[in-house]
Amino acid sequence: MTTQDFIQIILFFALLIGLTPLLGNFMFKVFTGSKHIMSPVFGWLEKLTYRSSGIDPDEETNWKSYTFSLLMFNFIGFLFVFLIQLFQAQLPLNPANLPNVSWHSAFNTSVSFMTNTNWQGYSGETTLSYFVQMIGLTVQNFVSAATGIAVLLALIRGLARKTTDKLGNFWTDLTRSTLYVLLPLSIIFAVVLVGQGVVQNFKSYDTVQTLQGASQVIPMGPAASQIAIKQLGTNGGGFFNANSAHPFENPTPFSNFLEMLAILLIPAALTFTYGKMVGSTRQGWTIFKAMLILLVLGLVISLYAEYSTNPIFGNLHLMEGKETRLGITNSVLWSTATTAASNGSVNAMHDSLSPLTGMVAMINLMLGEIIFGGVGAGLYGMVIFIIITVFIAGLMVGRTPEYLGKKIQKFEVQMAIIAVLAPNIVILLFAAWASVSAPGLASLNNSGPHGLSEILYAYASAAGNNGSAFAGLNANTVFYNLTIAIGMMIGRFGIIIPVMAIAGSMGMKKITPSSAGTFHTDNWLFIGLLIAVILIVGGLTHFPALSLGPIVEHLLMNNGITF
Amino acid sequence: MKTLYISLKIFLFFTILTGIIYPLFVTAIAQIAFPAKANGSLIVKYNKIVGSELIGQHFDTLIYFSSRPSAISYNPLPSGGSNFGLTNSKLKHSVDSLKRQFIAFNQLDSLTEIPSEMLFASASGLDPHISPNAALLQTDRISKARHFGVSQNQLLLKSVNELSESPQFTFLGEARINVLLLNLRLDEIR
Repeated sequence: MTTQDFIQIILFFALLIGLTPLLGNFMFKVFTGSKHIMSPVFGWLEKLTYRSSGIDPDEETNWKSYTFSLLMFNFIGFLFVFLIQLFQAQLPLNPANLPNVSWHSAFNTSVSFMTNTNWQGYSGETTLSYFVQMIGLTVQNFVSAATGIAVLLALIRGLARKTTDKLGNFWTDLTRSTLYVLLPLSIIFAVVLVGQGVVQNFKSYDTVQTLQGASQVIPMGPAASQIAIKQLGTNGGGFFNANSAHPFENPTPFSNFLEMLAILLIPAALTFTYGKMVGSTRQGWTIFKAMLILLVLGLVISLYAEYSTNPIFGNLHLMEGKETRLGITNSVLWSTATTAASNGSVNAMHDSLSPLTGMVAMINLMLGEIIFGGVGAGLYGMVIFIIITVFIAGLMVGRTPEYLGKKIQKFEVQMAIIAVLAPNIVILLFAAWASVSAPGLASLNNSGPHGLSEILYAYASAAGNNGSAFAGLNANTVFYNLTIAIGMMIGRFGIIIPVMAIAGSMGMKKITPSSAGTFHTDNWLFIGLLIAVILIVGGLTHFPALSLGPIVEHLLMNNGITF
Repeated sequence: MKTLYISLKIFLFFTILTGIIYPLFVTAIAQIAFPAKANGSLIVKYNKIVGSELIGQHFDTLIYFSSRPSAISYNPLPSGGSNFGLTNSKLKHSVDSLKRQFIAFNQLDSLTEIPSEMLFASASGLDPHISPNAALLQTDRISKARHFGVSQNQLLLKSVNELSESPQFTFLGEARINVLLLNLRLDEIR
């Protein structure tokens, strides 16, 4: 690594830390309904949304109706995206004349974009029309991210309010997140991306004659508008198959830097918003620090592994599946960030990363996507771990555990455990099934332990709603499309529903004033405990599987063994 | 039922706003502010589109600079890499044979250190760049194949030098050179 590599990394983290309170404070104003910089710009649009949809913005609901609205809205989105794929050949804006999508791929893709996973079993440029990409997928990019924020807001209200069953209004949370946060950022970002060379047009694919006289078809489309929200909304579904490794999706090191920053920007800033909304910015920064430590830890291991030499390739730089303009450092920084946040866009092929770098990516998925994590989703996932940590700490000192003055009781712990177990069960059971069944094994691109890693990664990505892949695995089969779709649904709603139940039950509780015996949740001791709980839960669950995949592969590689 | 109606109406509203108005609005700004880039950075020569500055092309003749290995032979439908893991024997074989080929093709000393990107396939399969070093290793072969004299040789080296890009803003990304632009320049050397 060179000095220049370190400068890029330091600048990246400095900007991330610097922007967190700025954007966090803005979002605090947006979500609490105060006046903010965007109100004069889009205030009329918010009113129009409510009027045209028949919403009373001041009506607040309990956790059950909040959740019901959320599920209903998500289901309609799913159904719409599913249907337009089945009939895309009959629909407009299909200059490449792409045929209708198969039912299982359409099912997988619609679940994938509804759940903010944006796993792609298909190749964008050869499967989906501009119509589906724009009117189906771009919309889900926005609203699935806004859904994540809405769940977080309901949870925050449950924590911050006392003795009430009112957790806010799903429709206003959805609308404000979309109009004031996601949309303005996306517009600015999309235009900047076009300035770097990302395509944005409705032309049909261009056929060119290359210098050597061959013909080459160059795909086109409204890419920049989708890429902007794909990065900002921790979506990650690429316009093109190679995602942000594609020169049209990520043409320059500068576009790469911005896209990387966009991955973590909103999830990081939400920790600040969280602190402000629960009445103590220290609580927000505590969570931020825990997340940052885990992220940097993963990054250090990844960089070390990727820059290490091995007996198979000697001292060659490991450029397989990486782009020249981006190089190794940017590829590794991205792979760590995109898996920590549940973004899932890639600028290098994760399948070709060195075993330990690939393992760090996988661990980021397996820990539950809580290292910044998805927009909204990362933070409510982290609160689940906070509840477990507080509970364990309470057991150790023999006091009723409390968080933010609220007693943590049996019900909350039960719900937290469900939320932790749901995605982990998906990963282990489905991966076990795929690794011993014929349709599971038929899709592998690599043999030996790396084959197991491909399967493990796929289900970890589904359960964590990440969407990145060890893309050698051919997942566009009935078996993988269906099991991964089910995994994505469990990984999304298996957490959202318990979190909403916790929000409901916390809202009903009284706030006990802190006393000398209160266990503080805003200091370094707590950060240490929280990180330990996260690593122990993740480690106990996944170490056996990881040892058969990336760990053994690493050892074999260091002995020069190939398969 | 009320929830269902609201869901349908707000979904329709957001579909129109974020699915139609937003991309059209961005397209309008993009087409006004950056028309060439928004349309794919296409290169026109003799009234013909010869390619996109951003999309790499396959070069395997003696008279052109070679581009990186590509798992999709530079056919963009669809883009992608080899997805070989490091312990995949196919990757090892491919790296070894690419190394031999590069050395033989450019008549280099067998101990020459070949830049890694020329031995490994890119992520997109469409990587338009190689490192300036990889370009310099090919100049002798090209100059021989094109029967260049001393002055033309100087122009060749000058082209490599001029088209080499440092990291963006001096610290972002890597040093690189665009192979298609370089080969177009090469054709202009008389």
